[in-house]
Amino acid sequence: MTETATYKSPSALRIYLGQLAQNPMGLMGLILVLIVVGTAIFAPWLAPYDPNQIMLGPRMGSPSAAHWLGTDHLGRDLLSRVIAGGRIAMLVAVATLGAAMTIGLALGLIAGYGPKWLDNILLLVFDAIRSFPVIVFGLAVVTLIGPSLYTVILVVAITSIPIYARIVRTQTQTLRSAEFILAEKAMGASTFRILGLHVLPNVLGPLLILASMDVPMVIATEAGLSFLGMGVRPPAPSWGTILNDGYNFIRNSPWPVIAGSVPIILVTLGFTFLGEALRDIFDPKLRRNL
Amino acid sequence: MAIYALQRVFLSALIIAVAVTLLNVMLHLVPGDPAVMVLGPRATPELIERTREAMGLDRPFAIQMMTFFGNLLRGDMGTDVFTGRSVTTIVMEALPYTLSLISVSILWAAAIGIPLGAYSSIRRNTWIDRVTGVLSVGTISIPSFVMALYGVLIFAVWLGWLPAIGAGEGLGDQIIHLILPAFAVGVSWVGYIARIVRASMLEVMGESHVRMARAFGLTERRITRAYVLRIAVLPAVTLIGAGVAHLFSAAVFVEVIFARPGIGALIVAAVNERNYPIVLGAVLITTAIIVLATLISDLVIAWLDPRQREGL
Repeated sequence: MTETATYKSPSALRIYLGQLAQNPMGLMGLILVLIVVGTAIFAPWLAPYDPNQIMLGPRMGSPSAAHWLGTDHLGRDLLSRVIAGGRIAMLVAVATLGAAMTIGLALGLIAGYGPKWLDNILLLVFDAIRSFPVIVFGLAVVTLIGPSLYTVILVVAITSIPIYARIVRTQTQTLRSAEFILAEKAMGASTFRILGLHVLPNVLGPLLILASMDVPMVIATEAGLSFLGMGVRPPAPSWGTILNDGYNFIRNSPWPVIAGSVPIILVTLGFTFLGEALRDIFDPKLRRNL
Repeated sequence: MAIYALQRVFLSALIIAVAVTLLNVMLHLVPGDPAVMVLGPRATPELIERTREAMGLDRPFAIQMMTFFGNLLRGDMGTDVFTGRSVTTIVMEALPYTLSLISVSILWAAAIGIPLGAYSSIRRNTWIDRVTGVLSVGTISIPSFVMALYGVLIFAVWLGWLPAIGAGEGLGDQIIHLILPAFAVGVSWVGYIARIVRASMLEVMGESHVRMARAFGLTERRITRAYVLRIAVLPAVTLIGAGVAHLFSAAVFVEVIFARPGIGALIVAAVNERNYPIVLGAVLITTAIIVLATLISDLVIAWLDPRQREGL
């Protein structure tokens, strides 16, 4: 028995994946998210038909071998529309959360590290924006600049910025009096160096977890505004416009409502489970006030 | 307490003022003439000029803001572009429908969510706790408009048990018309409230004053009711206070889907005819109510839990 036991320490990623695998809800969330993201990326190859193609087949047909989710009031294939709608939903989610996180990060760093008066002004503006009901505020913006995909992105980004900015601000404030930051300062580090090299890496984690838990909110808002006819314009196949078609013909066929709503519910479940598992793994202390 | 309350009231007024300013700045940041926007592209130049004057757009922005605030303090939010009626009257007529929908929804959700959360925290890790947990996440995951659509589909179209259109005439009829909308708005709140009450119950049960009570030999039932639940409902109060904004958003969908009168239906109709004064008025009123709800929930918490007053 002269062999020396070689112990290779597992990589961090492997530990996290292991922890995620032990959390059945988190694993289920991850799988759901991967399915949805994968479908969104490969949408044009996966969809059996052109989502906007009006076909001569049955209108408002029930699921069949040719149309797995049935057809809508114009005879369009619902499965193809749902798949294409997922692409729009993901696009909106990525664009919105990217913009909201970047601006929120910048404003949060300014509020947390800058002078007190600026902090107070920013907090007041954040609180004011947070007291707008998202959908009502969105409708006001639609009146001003008209309904479109970009309006949806703008509305959700503006209303989410305060949430991210507040988290970053709180984290920055705790960090600014931490000893390692004080040491940096004593050695003459510039504000940019401190913020970029020391504060940023520490706030990025919680921010990303929050963002992953916010995806359902963004998707529901997009679908909701599109449902009201104030978001993505028909005939573009958003899950919201599919639901709107389904609502208008709800007495004729339940399938458009079912086809439009099931992906919304699955996406929400997926990102919620995944986000909660990530939060438990990375930062059990992070609690979010709704 | 009085100082704390005054500070909160002042801060709330300030937040409303900032919100109003933001909305007005937004209106002016948008490229294009608001008068043209209101009148549509085919308006004559004379008509545009007259509307600009009527809306006060020919004066400097600062003056417009001052006038707007002055009018607002007198309860004047301008006039409807089409009918010439006062925006305040129109919004106030719609408000009771939305407020009753929202309050009934949150009340039934709290009436079920709080006991459910409390019960599953006492019976921790039993099957009832697990079922509650899964149901909570499940209901939270369904947006209100999806819930409303399924309500229409199942109870109005398939079963034909409940009406799906309008607000009803007379008290009994109105209550029947409220069932499906209130269900759709409230159901995800059952999950939210149950989850937060369960979590905070578990937290409070670990505190030393509860151990003390147990050491004195008080019954579990008495400890739960008098010492744990009283503190554990506080986060639920905050959640509901901060959630009024979400309730208004949900009410917009539900009012459209069930063709109920109310603020949401009013706004959607106004957006479709680009009636900006109505939209602005409705946004202002809902925002003010939301700030007020947050204020009330903060004060209730300060009253129930004196520790909160210190940490301002």
